[in-house]
Amino acid sequence: MSETRTGLLRVRGVCKSYRMPASRDGLVLDHLDFTLEDGEIVAILGKSGSGKSTFLRILAGLIPASSGSVEYRGEPVLEPVHGVAMVFQSFALFPWLTVLGNVELGLEAQGIPGAERRRRAVDAIDLIGLDGFESAYPKELSGGMRQRVGFARALVVNPEILLLDEPFSALDVLTAETLRGDLLDLWRDRRIPTKGIVMVSHNIEEAVEIADRILIFGSDPGRIRAEIPVLLPRPRDWDSGEFRQIVEKVYALLTTGDGRRGARPEPIGMGYRLPDAAVQQLSGLIETLSESPYLGRADLPDLAANENLAIDDLFPLLDTLQLLGLAHVGDGDVVLTAQGRRYADADMQGRKGIFADGVLRHVPLALHIRRVLDERPGHRAPAARFLRELEDHLSEEEAARVLDTIINWGRHAEIFAYDDDSELFNLENF
Amino acid sequence: MEQRWGPPVLAWPSRLRPNRWDLVALPLVMGLLALLVWGGMAMSARYNVGEPLTIRLDPSALPDYALRSVLRMGVALVASLVFSLAYAALAAKSRAAEKILIPILDILQSVPILGFLSITVTGFIALFPGRLLGVECAAIFAIFTSQAWNMTFSLYQSLRTVPAELIEAARMYHLSPWQRFWRLEVPHAVPALVWNMMMSVSGGWFFVVASEAITVSGRSILLPGIGSYIATAIDRRNLPAIFYAVLVMLVVIFLYDQLLFRPLLAWSRKFQADPPAEAENVRPWFLVALQRARFVDAAGGGLLLLNHLVDRAFARPARRRGPRAWSFGPAFERAFDIVLVIATLAAAAWIVIFVHRTVSLHEIGWVFVLGLFTSIRVFVLIGAAAVIWVPMGVWIGLRPRLADKMQPIVQFLAAFPANLFFPVAVVLILHFRLNPEIWLSPLMILGTQWYILFNVIAGTSALPAELQLAARNLGVRRLLWWRRIMLPAIFPAFVTGAVTAAGGSWNASIVAEVVQWGQTTLTATGLGAYIAQATAAGGGARIALGIGVLSLYVLTFNRLLWRPLYNLAAERLRLD
Repeated sequence: MSETRTGLLRVRGVCKSYRMPASRDGLVLDHLDFTLEDGEIVAILGKSGSGKSTFLRILAGLIPASSGSVEYRGEPVLEPVHGVAMVFQSFALFPWLTVLGNVELGLEAQGIPGAERRRRAVDAIDLIGLDGFESAYPKELSGGMRQRVGFARALVVNPEILLLDEPFSALDVLTAETLRGDLLDLWRDRRIPTKGIVMVSHNIEEAVEIADRILIFGSDPGRIRAEIPVLLPRPRDWDSGEFRQIVEKVYALLTTGDGRRGARPEPIGMGYRLPDAAVQQLSGLIETLSESPYLGRADLPDLAANENLAIDDLFPLLDTLQLLGLAHVGDGDVVLTAQGRRYADADMQGRKGIFADGVLRHVPLALHIRRVLDERPGHRAPAARFLRELEDHLSEEEAARVLDTIINWGRHAEIFAYDDDSELFNLENF
Repeated sequence: MEQRWGPPVLAWPSRLRPNRWDLVALPLVMGLLALLVWGGMAMSARYNVGEPLTIRLDPSALPDYALRSVLRMGVALVASLVFSLAYAALAAKSRAAEKILIPILDILQSVPILGFLSITVTGFIALFPGRLLGVECAAIFAIFTSQAWNMTFSLYQSLRTVPAELIEAARMYHLSPWQRFWRLEVPHAVPALVWNMMMSVSGGWFFVVASEAITVSGRSILLPGIGSYIATAIDRRNLPAIFYAVLVMLVVIFLYDQLLFRPLLAWSRKFQADPPAEAENVRPWFLVALQRARFVDAAGGGLLLLNHLVDRAFARPARRRGPRAWSFGPAFERAFDIVLVIATLAAAAWIVIFVHRTVSLHEIGWVFVLGLFTSIRVFVLIGAAAVIWVPMGVWIGLRPRLADKMQPIVQFLAAFPANLFFPVAVVLILHFRLNPEIWLSPLMILGTQWYILFNVIAGTSALPAELQLAARNLGVRRLLWWRRIMLPAIFPAFVTGAVTAAGGSWNASIVAEVVQWGQTTLTATGLGAYIAQATAAGGGARIALGIGVLSLYVLTFNRLLWRPLYNLAAERLRLD
């Protein structure tokens, strides 16, 4: 068969919507096309909410696509298929099974006889460097060791395709580096039969180190915005010029207006997924940016490295600053606006005022809640009302998250008050 | 490596050589098996309703009777387990089934346990004519009802809360639905299930005692067991015999705890992802014996092999079907709802007609008033128990060493069937010429007050030490300390305890509002007494009415009082 030409895994026009009749509003993934070639590692990067995890689960056959197709060896993937294995972010080990039991489970489900099962499991455990821990329970192991079990469990079924869902994100930096290195060694030395790897990541450097190709996902709805081939020779040096260049490029792609919205932010609607940003962190970031060495402008890779911020933490903050008109983000840089500088210089009350101003001006949801409260005679309104309105645009979970965010911002900005016991917004003490 | 075929646990030479743990475990386990055979034979003995079953009050007969009671408890426990697995699995997997099964379970939970006994005993006797088995089944069924609902709820909750990534992993590695159930869902549920089993059994002893002396249409049947022994002792005003029974009961509960639940609890910790790092990690001696004894390994190997074969048999056909859960169109669900409503209305109408045929409207109204009397008793008693046990529980809970020692004792007290002490109360009431309307009431909470103490101790010990230090640092003391720190902190635990205690008291009212000592009968006006009298007289409609009203009261209080309180408590103490 001409497997090399058609690719290992072919994705054609995949959409995913959480609304029953698929509509624009509930769309999570929008017409994705992708082919995983033989011998290739592909990393997927994107802001949270870009549907990258959903996409990986569609590849795995764990959730069905709303439309479009996924094909493995010319067969449609509608449920988990043999030949594709997955490693999970939280390890997903069965706590009541030993290391050996966890690794054997997949073989057992395939009906492989005991002796062969045992032999293959022990081999996989040795391969991943866990020998000696066969009879340990997961709770006796450190995070890094647990994820090694996760890898052994995936590799023991001899998968052609390995799907990795942020496998290193729950590990500390040093452990992640070691495990990543070990995995790459196995791959490069062809000691595992795996022919292709797809990894979702939230760490840009990690993606650049591992991948032959990086897909950048855009959000709202999720789609592939750009594709960056990484042709550097292995092993790759994080500090080399070429490596840094690619990292810069990824940052730039992740921050530059994504075509639909220009570099200048357009006004957002009611159903906008407000970024998950805590007020304390926002003011901390503005302060940092206003001080030396940045003095109002920072290069994002530097900022992330110096302030020790993972991109999952950094991007929601940047999006919020941009949204509230406190900073301008683009081309891999962040620049404080005049308003942002005023914020940095102001005292606590002054900052609240600037923040409130930004929220009321740029976040329609906040303005809407405040108007409803102003209009009502008792100046009270139930949270459920706004939640329902949000659910017209967002999934239930996402709507609840957005409402939590706006409650936090609104409380801080003293735009409204909220009572958690009665679940009522009100204007008390104003 | 040596090539072996079949499950490796079966490998003969090294594993099967007996060791010293076999000396303990082998006789105990074999004894248990023999007991089962003997009990099964005794249970199916010939019997016709009306034949007198004599109970000997000689203390030497007690071990025999105790074994029979223990066996009844064991059978009920196994039945509860099987029922829970089937019922909870069905409710968790099918949305249509869930819609009926869960509300039914909720209502079953509020039906008084002894009510089940009154209702079902005639049916069971008819099922096995000429044999004692029918009466046995009725008693076992009553014990079963005291355990099954709560275990089923726990299992259902656990099945619904299996972590999403574990389910994904199971699907990714192609576990069949059958394998998934036994390898993922049930193990995940084990810790909560074992805990609930223990709590159920501890509540069940009360009903073992209460269900052995059954009255069927005016004639009393005494099943051989501790409960009947006590009933006979009461009938003959034999206080020493009651003392012996109390002693034997203590031993029985102690053995159940040591041989069954301590090992089970310790074993169940293995199924928790992050077990609490307590000093409680001491492994009970019997579990050690079982785990080290060689013959248990061999038996376990046999079970594994069996499981393996079943796995295979089920895996193949199951794997062909897709992983999709059953789902129906919205039209079907609508139709299903309508059928449900009609069936409910029809059932309600039928009950009203059935009851009204023999009972006047006036009496129905009176039964509701009786329910009010009993509710007042229950709430006054809960309040009184709170006043006594909350300060006590906090005092104990603040002393970790003492709390560790007290927890098993209190658990033990909760398990002890309080009805054994009822005669003592009668003697006291008669002696001091007290008003039974008031002084019979404490009997209702005699056995269940411990749940309040137990939970308050647990709640207090769970309070982070830093919060206590912070309170001391701020100089919060006395009344303020109770109001702002301690009472809010133990509130959720107290509510849990009070719910259990209240439920138990409602149940106990049936035996506590009418108490006998020889020919003397003391009665307190209330719904429990009404049901007890209706049962003794064999009035089907009245029994149904009494139980229906009692269930209605329990259900209403659960919905309007306990559940909102519980939710409030859970919500308020959440930090994230």
